[in-house]
Amino acid sequence: MRENTIGKKSLDWVDSRFPVVDLFERHLSKYYSPSNINIWYLFGFLLLIVLVMQILTGLWLMMNYTNTAEGAFSSIEYIMRDVDYGWLIRYMHAGGASAFFALIYLHMFRGMMYGSYQKPRELIWVGGWFVYVLLCAEGFTGYVLPWGQMSFWAAQVIISLVGSIPYFGEDLAIWIRGDYIVSGITLSRLFAFHVVLLPILIIAVVFFHILALHEIGSNNPDGIDVKKHTDQDGVPLDAKPFFPYDITHDFYALGVFLIIFCSVIFFFPEGGGYIIEYVNYEPANPLSTPAHIVPSWYYTPFYAMLRAIDFPLFGLTAKFLGFVVMAAGIAIFAALPWLDRSPVKSIKYKGIYSKAFLTGFVISFFVLAYLGSVPPTEIKNMLAKVFTFIYFAYFLLMPIYTKFEECKPVPERVGDTA
Amino acid sequence: MQPKNPPNPGRRKFLTYTTSFLGIIGAFFTAIPFVSAFKPSAKAEAAGAPVKVDLSKLLPGEMMTVEWRGRPVFVVNIPKENTNFITKNLERLADPTMEDPSQPDYAKNDIRSRKEGIAVLTGVCTHLGCAPKYYPEAKPEDFDSNWQGGFFCPCHGSKFDLVGRVYANVPAPTNLVVPPHFFEKDNLLVIGSDGVS
Repeated sequence: MRENTIGKKSLDWVDSRFPVVDLFERHLSKYYSPSNINIWYLFGFLLLIVLVMQILTGLWLMMNYTNTAEGAFSSIEYIMRDVDYGWLIRYMHAGGASAFFALIYLHMFRGMMYGSYQKPRELIWVGGWFVYVLLCAEGFTGYVLPWGQMSFWAAQVIISLVGSIPYFGEDLAIWIRGDYIVSGITLSRLFAFHVVLLPILIIAVVFFHILALHEIGSNNPDGIDVKKHTDQDGVPLDAKPFFPYDITHDFYALGVFLIIFCSVIFFFPEGGGYIIEYVNYEPANPLSTPAHIVPSWYYTPFYAMLRAIDFPLFGLTAKFLGFVVMAAGIAIFAALPWLDRSPVKSIKYKGIYSKAFLTGFVISFFVLAYLGSVPPTEIKNMLAKVFTFIYFAYFLLMPIYTKFEECKPVPERVGDTA
Repeated sequence: MQPKNPPNPGRRKFLTYTTSFLGIIGAFFTAIPFVSAFKPSAKAEAAGAPVKVDLSKLLPGEMMTVEWRGRPVFVVNIPKENTNFITKNLERLADPTMEDPSQPDYAKNDIRSRKEGIAVLTGVCTHLGCAPKYYPEAKPEDFDSNWQGGFFCPCHGSKFDLVGRVYANVPAPTNLVVPPHFFEKDNLLVIGSDGVS
């Protein structure tokens, strides 16, 4: 008799004290996702796996890392050379950071392409945007910890950006550094942020992001509301439960991802200088600036914007304006749900202007990423200005072009041809 | 059981507001130690404090090196007979009018200083951070047959005049940085503070 097995009994015991069955059903076996979702819907799951991997590898690194100006660099060498598999754990963590950003950019692009930020998913989008911002901070603070030349000078450049804020900027920069120059004091507070504050916030906001998603359910490539057509039990007709259907796809994707990820970790752990920069194999030296300071590849579009603004305006210095434009380039994503006035969600049914501007945005993102990673020249600076303009045009002109363009009708059900 | 309505809603409202208000004040004061602990500690402050330099023993033509915030600061007593080189040699300089903000406003003048004949310069080459060497005399040198006196960086050959202005066509992009400084007394230089301007 099944009812009397020990397993069933223990489940009942727990379930009457904590809602395990209810949670399992609500978030997995009776959580429905549209039947037409495609490959773009795998990245959320992969991001979650990478988050777990970063926490795990980070925890292990922390056991052997020293957060002082004197000890940091040599403790990384110690991890790389003397700790059993320390090199692997560190390469996983450094490569994991790059993978995190690659996946989150794909994940964000999916949302922009299919209008997943639109009503009623505004808070899902804003929550996800906030995870991205926290991730940028996490990436930056982590980058400083090896205390190599790039670590030191990246900290120097980024924190001195704050100093460009009029009136109180210099004092604020000193407050952030805890010193007049970037020093061991700065290092150890960035370490505290990197291992405690930011991870807690990231986990909390990811939790919020998923909770909000599970309240409303996934969007899909057609932007059809699958909750409109349900059977007599209220189950959407054009959807299937996450468990076991989607999760099987997700694990397949995880396999493919791990093949790529492990190839990088084992054979190109430095990623040609993009994952770990070669200059960072020299210990930090406050008296000598590297010839060419570049941020990690995932910040280069915004770094290009910062450098593109080389003119003062309205009595503000070029440095401060560059800082404002760079910050705006990241912040403006949060406004997307309110900039898009289109009656349809997906790019499939939006008009020609939406398609053109989104294409322009993607091209400008890549061109800026390239420009931010090479030394500036006059012509490259000009290009950076043009593409910064296109980047912002996608967002700022959106209320106009989405309102007036002609859209195609959206089918009523998945599989219908409208 | 349904909670009963408060017998005196006005009183309840007043208490809610005053309690919240005091709570906010309490939260504000609680934040003070947390915000303050972020400021430079006494140790960091001591290491970054302004340094006082007695110039009475610095003879014309001599240079002394003072450490401030972990960096060398050059203090040069420029001899009277050399001061005219500072104004004569402008066509060889990249930024003789000091448009780049590498000096405080009060030092954006012909002497790049607050006192005629005393140059105060951060001794870090603006190219890659080497320490430039001091060649005060205007005479032909190996690196420049028409040398007018100043600083020469041995690492990559950047040249600066006696007040730290960079020559054109050298690797260093900008003039040597003038740190904040003022004269407390005639011969007492304070580096690291703008003083009362």
